[in-house]
Amino acid sequence: MKLLTTPGFWIAILAVLAAATLPWWVSGYILGLLTIAYYFGVFAMAWDLLFGFAGEVNFGPTFLIGLGAYGAGILNNRYELPIPYCLAAGTLLAVVGGIALALPALKVRGPYFGLITLVAVLLLQNMIVVFSDLTGGEIGLTVPDVISIDTDTNYWLALGFMAVSGLILTAIARSPAGLILQAAGQDPVVTGALGFNVAKHKLAAFAVSAAFSGLAGGLVVFYMGTASVGTLINTAVGVQVIIAAVLGGRRTIVGAALGAVFLIAAGEVLRPLGGLSTFVVSAVALLVILFVPSGLLGLASFRSAR
Amino acid sequence: MIGLQILVDGFAISALYALGAMGFTLIFGVSGVLNLTHGALMVMAAVAAWAASALFGLGSYAGAAIGVLCGLAGALVTYFAVVAPIERSKAIPREEKEIFVLTGTLLWGIMIQELVAYFFTDNPKTVLPIVEGVVEIAGVRTPKNELFTAVICWVVIALLWLFVNRARAGKVLLAASMNPRGVTLLGHDMARIYVAVWAIYGLLAGIAGVLLGMFLGVSSYSVGPLTASAFSIVVLGGLGSVTGSLIAAYVVGYLETATAYLISPAYRVIPALLLLVAVMYLRPQGLLGRR
Repeated sequence: MKLLTTPGFWIAILAVLAAATLPWWVSGYILGLLTIAYYFGVFAMAWDLLFGFAGEVNFGPTFLIGLGAYGAGILNNRYELPIPYCLAAGTLLAVVGGIALALPALKVRGPYFGLITLVAVLLLQNMIVVFSDLTGGEIGLTVPDVISIDTDTNYWLALGFMAVSGLILTAIARSPAGLILQAAGQDPVVTGALGFNVAKHKLAAFAVSAAFSGLAGGLVVFYMGTASVGTLINTAVGVQVIIAAVLGGRRTIVGAALGAVFLIAAGEVLRPLGGLSTFVVSAVALLVILFVPSGLLGLASFRSAR
Repeated sequence: MIGLQILVDGFAISALYALGAMGFTLIFGVSGVLNLTHGALMVMAAVAAWAASALFGLGSYAGAAIGVLCGLAGALVTYFAVVAPIERSKAIPREEKEIFVLTGTLLWGIMIQELVAYFFTDNPKTVLPIVEGVVEIAGVRTPKNELFTAVICWVVIALLWLFVNRARAGKVLLAASMNPRGVTLLGHDMARIYVAVWAIYGLLAGIAGVLLGMFLGVSSYSVGPLTASAFSIVVLGGLGSVTGSLIAAYVVGYLETATAYLISPAYRVIPALLLLVAVMYLRPQGLLGRR
């Protein structure tokens, strides 16, 4: 495993270990924020696999997240199934959704595909409102079970989940299959001509991305005890995921998680600005795009490579 | 009776959709840019018109003019501050420019939306209409403002058509959308053509925004749905095809109005979205698109 010998890997391990000690240092409020940030980080990393590697502009990360979250939430709310089964079912639903989303991606590219993903989110949003007796509609869905009421446990779970997801996604991205995926994203015709099955790799990428998005979405539901369009599906949430991944550095996986933590921390630090905090965060992200297109992590690795 | 109602109401809203989408498709046709700031520019124009006429008491004509100018200024700033730097940037690989322009304009749109919400709150605002009162059309009571909206939209669309197909400067734009290299060889500066296209786009978005503000009212929450609807109409019609957008605007407008009247306003957008998905699967280039 080449991954084990890179300095980045050990830095990441140290960072996770350091983060694991936080419950002894900081208040429960900050832990709660970080818990959400870590789940958010998984959303962003899963998105980066599609965008950075497969080259697909997915405007609808929340479509996959929402399927996982609502799939798990409804089962628990309706039939009171134990949490692990709900999570598994939600993840499965998200994977099915991911593959359904991938089918047009094999035919259309760029803006056309971007629009399909956007439409998928809008449709899901409308369906949740239409079937409000099942989904709780605009008010939201409440689940009877939560993973834990202990802040520290929830925090460690989220951190562990993010670390494991990051490891798996990085391993996939750096594997031969990940390289083929990257090649297919940059030039599908040449990749196909070299004898690689572009369709198979893209479908697999969507399935993996959907699995992580859906599982993370389900975990968020059982962390917060509720699911609602505003917190999980709204296009504004999707935009946050995209900003996080681009800010941290696309095509890095880990950068996406850093971007998510940065974004939530920035939102908290800028809270005194009130309504202007989103403005400032967007402005920072825009400046990063204009002047440091490879993102925060891209900047760091560029420096060290010199 | 209800059929007539749908026919009349759908006509005005579709004309508005068409006008909104027209500039969007023009920019894509000429410069290949999908401008996700679209909804924010329309809302900004409408709110500027509202502020000028309602807050500063400048009257509805001056308010409308200020709104349209605001749309123009917003579009030019979008081009010079966001789109042009990304296209010129050497740090961004060529094949990723498109994605960066999408993300950049999206962020810039959010910034405009947040500024509007911050300074003018996110309450819905209705711009003071230029004409008031109602008329009966074939037994359907119709606000004169709705007629006014449809007429202005069609006049502007006709002017645009005349400009692109008859005026010399307009023909250059058309040529640029077909073959940029050829136009450059003929001695036209592409940079100036881009600025001209963005200026025309700004005027169109400004007019559409102000009319929307008079007709339905806007709030900072309308930004996302407006961008999404322009985006879907343009893709449905075929990216870059002006006639296609026109047809698609009417298909979407009537589909939405019919659903709202016949089934329930809550389901308003669903059939249009399903149609869009179906078209994407069966005919990915859109109704009149060429690839």
